[in-house]
Amino acid sequence: MRIPCPYCGDRDSQEFVYRGDAAPVRPSDPAEETEFFDYVYLRENPAGPIDELWYHAQGCRNWITLTRDTRDHAISAARLTSEGKSA
Amino acid sequence: MSRLNTGGLIDRARPLKFTFDGKQYSGFEGDTLAAALLANDVRLVARSFKYHRPRGILTAGTEEPNALVTLREGARAEPNSKATAVPLYDGLVASSQNRWPSLGFDLLALNQLASPIFVAGFYYKTFMRPAALWEKLYEPLIRRAAGLGALSGLPDPDSYDRKHAFCDLLVIGAGPAGLAAALTAGRSGLRVIVADDDMAMGGHLLKERSEIAGATGADWAAGVVEELASYPNVTLLPRTGVFGVYDGHEYGAVERVADHLPEPLPGQPRQRLWKIVAKHALLASGAIERPLIFPGNDRPGVMMASAVSAYLNRFAVAPGKKAVIFTSCDTGWQTALDLQAAGIGVAAVVDTRAQKPALADRLDLSDSVVALQGAIVDIKGSKSVKGATIRDGSGKETTVACDLVAMSGGWNPAIGLGSNFGNRPVWSEELNAFLLDKTPPDFSSIGSAAGRMSLTSALGDGIRAATEVVQQMGKSPAEMAIADVAETGGTNENMLWVPSGIEGKAFVDFQNDVTASDIKLAASEGFVSIEHLKRYTTMGMATDQGKLSQINGHGLLAEETKKTIAEAGTIMSRPPYTPIALGVVAGHHRGEHFRPVRHTASHDWAAENGAAFVDVGQWKRAQWFVQPGETEWRTSVDREVNATRGGVGICDVSTLGKIDVLGPDAATLLDRLYANMFSTLPVGRARYGLMLREDGFVMDDGTATRFAEDKYYVTTTTANAARVMQHIDFARQVIWPELDVQATSVTEQWATYSIAGPQSRAVLQALLPDIDLANEAFKFMAAGEYRWRGTKIRLFRVSFSGELAYEISIGANRGRQLLEAIMAAGAPFGIVPYGTEALGVMRIEKGHPAGNEMNGQTTAGDLGMGRMLSTKKDFVGRAMAQRPGLTDPGRMSLVGLKPLDHAATLRAGAHLLAKGAEPKAANVQGRVTSAAFSPTLGHSIALALVTGGQERIGEEMMLNDIVRGSDVPVEICDAVFVDPAGERLRG
Repeated sequence: MRIPCPYCGDRDSQEFVYRGDAAPVRPSDPAEETEFFDYVYLRENPAGPIDELWYHAQGCRNWITLTRDTRDHAISAARLTSEGKSA
Repeated sequence: MSRLNTGGLIDRARPLKFTFDGKQYSGFEGDTLAAALLANDVRLVARSFKYHRPRGILTAGTEEPNALVTLREGARAEPNSKATAVPLYDGLVASSQNRWPSLGFDLLALNQLASPIFVAGFYYKTFMRPAALWEKLYEPLIRRAAGLGALSGLPDPDSYDRKHAFCDLLVIGAGPAGLAAALTAGRSGLRVIVADDDMAMGGHLLKERSEIAGATGADWAAGVVEELASYPNVTLLPRTGVFGVYDGHEYGAVERVADHLPEPLPGQPRQRLWKIVAKHALLASGAIERPLIFPGNDRPGVMMASAVSAYLNRFAVAPGKKAVIFTSCDTGWQTALDLQAAGIGVAAVVDTRAQKPALADRLDLSDSVVALQGAIVDIKGSKSVKGATIRDGSGKETTVACDLVAMSGGWNPAIGLGSNFGNRPVWSEELNAFLLDKTPPDFSSIGSAAGRMSLTSALGDGIRAATEVVQQMGKSPAEMAIADVAETGGTNENMLWVPSGIEGKAFVDFQNDVTASDIKLAASEGFVSIEHLKRYTTMGMATDQGKLSQINGHGLLAEETKKTIAEAGTIMSRPPYTPIALGVVAGHHRGEHFRPVRHTASHDWAAENGAAFVDVGQWKRAQWFVQPGETEWRTSVDREVNATRGGVGICDVSTLGKIDVLGPDAATLLDRLYANMFSTLPVGRARYGLMLREDGFVMDDGTATRFAEDKYYVTTTTANAARVMQHIDFARQVIWPELDVQATSVTEQWATYSIAGPQSRAVLQALLPDIDLANEAFKFMAAGEYRWRGTKIRLFRVSFSGELAYEISIGANRGRQLLEAIMAAGAPFGIVPYGTEALGVMRIEKGHPAGNEMNGQTTAGDLGMGRMLSTKKDFVGRAMAQRPGLTDPGRMSLVGLKPLDHAATLRAGAHLLAKGAEPKAANVQGRVTSAAFSPTLGHSIALALVTGGQERIGEEMMLNDIVRGSDVPVEICDAVFVDPAGERLRG
């Protein structure tokens, strides 16, 4: 599988570490325990496009938000996560 | 000998010797092993999987289910090699398999007599009870009786390579369609890779007597290959099978670099794994001929019609002297023409259809039986065909003497690779075959793989498809024209013939010995889904993945269940398309090259000074240093601990993770990453820090040092270095991107040594006379940047051993030099190097939690560090660490253990029980996480997690080690065994 790193270009997926769903946002403390519980444990599992986090561990060390279709692994967008939620 | 005097693509000037089952034969350059065996009249080459039926050569390609042999001997022996795909070389040694005592006389062929019980699902039905007999009796018996060849059991002496390639167009298969496509794309300037399984490119052009532009098909193919080879933008990969299609336009292929040689050339791998990234791929894998189902269709001498033509035309071998043709399409008639052209008699032509094709007019049928709407109903002969009983359209049966039966049930496009992505092929009513419906992205099938069976249409399809690809890529396609083609084979009325009322063994899956009656039985027992049928009968589950069998099984199932084939559906294929060696997947990653090895700057010094190394992740760390006369590891470790606690020792701690955190918001970031406070840390000081995961459990520990307001230096444990780096990047890029802070790993940039023991100050002072190291001037947890012999160093007064201790870091390139200078400065003080084992003993003596305790299931409270969790700020894990389950006072927490009998040994992993309690899981109240012999105390000590923890200090318990069988009475004590007040490290 290939990952289009916005910084390095098209790279082998073996260079990356997968984290998962990019949607959960860390609650700003103080927050209810349930909010943190949702942030830590609850994930959607859609059959379709999902924004998810990948870390280019063996490359530029950037966290990348990929939009990937879980049905066919087609990647439709990639951006540096530090640059904001969506383009 | 059955070699024809003329013709073929073999080099008669280059004879090759080989042996099969110990007997010597000879063949020619250009032969496959199967061709050479047939040329030497060897018909019987194998025994079948279940019934040990005599088997011969069925095909002339990689789809072969029968002719599996063990190639080579000794460590290079490779079982289950398809004789039809093995290029002959001088000195080749092959032997038959799955027979005892010999191929000709196989006692296990008695299985055939018991065949009424060996029906579909018989394992499930027969060996159910008693269950105890399965492992002891049934399984060993079945394994001996049924099977394929055996592995040598020896280490593989060859090496395997791996290569990555990128191209615009990957052409899979170099038959007419593939070559036409490659030529079009190559002339148009695309980067093209052409991969073909065969040793020579050309596909069916090598096997048929077709003509293109006035030349033979084989000569045309050779000309195209020569032109392609001259293009720098084209890579030709013969002997290379593409085995899988993967996400992201990736293709896996295995190049058999040296399998056509006795052994690999010096410096050459045996095989090479190609990982090809192709913008577009064209599947030009051709078509596979379908067998026909009739009793005895597995006898040696029954062959696929196209294989008979291939042996005649490509290898100049006559697979028989008198042939019977059994066909449901024109291919069989074409083979009859090929046979007659080679001077071989055709005793009969049996066609399931009612009409003779036009092709028949070119045959001399004056001495032949012709049976239309006919079928073969029996084969005479066991180890070779001696005759065929033919039933014609009127039901009349005639037995014809023959030694060769050529069968053709039509053609299946070879679409396996195209369904790798889980797209189910669909039945084409027009073609009577399954075709790709949805394909992987930017992937298309061409030529006969797409059902365009004639040579003209295949060539045209290759040009059309490649032209489209060239245009898609924004280039201008070269002008291509299809040359004049003289077709062979006639029109293909590709009907799927399914027999009815068969008596006797008619094989559907040759390799797994699945017969027509097995399919019918399975259907009658309710296994009517194609996926269930496959698993119940094992049809299509052999190493050939049903390339020949699947379609006939589908036909029979459809007939039994009164469905159409389209309704019955088909299966999908997963990689690998043909079996590949695991060695080629592993590549260079074996033995010491299994994974990268990391050496610290003073690795060689350690090796020269008696170090025994241990793997810590990828690092090699000195475990202890053996001195002359030391034979037991404990002797070395005890000496190192005593010398350090009593004087001074030095340990290479370069493997600890090191991260520079820089920027105006560095302090803010560290406050949020660590459970304790770092913004209050003064410049020039270090502090122990604890990191939690967001779920509230402990992640890692280490120190952070502040060298300037905006400059911190963070250390991590060796094991978690990469994880902490990732965690820091996550925090600063994902959670708090607004923070102005950078972080970078400097683990490999610094070599770091820990100098510990009461004499450590004196040693360092001798090394660094210009720095005031007096206790008041450089206090516990002080840190600074200095120079040693002009090179920057970082000095820290931190201690893991509990002794007065320092850590000193220098650029890795001068690590060894610094270490040698410290050893020289320390010599008057008796300095010793110590390894990770002594380091571990001293940290257990001091009750410091390490990886065994920070195992991902422990909280700060569990490890006695609950008070470190700051209440003044937010940090990762703060909220979740407050959950009731994580703060429950009944949780297991850290204590020390000492044996009541000081001679007893405590071991990690043992369980703590109340005295007198029965040793069972329900009674376990704790367990030992780390244990060591303490030379300081003179007895065994341990760290343990126990319910109630500190509350139970002084209590006696039983330490039960059920695995190693020991019971040791112990007393719970404080986890800090040595210098609990911490006076030594502050002194």
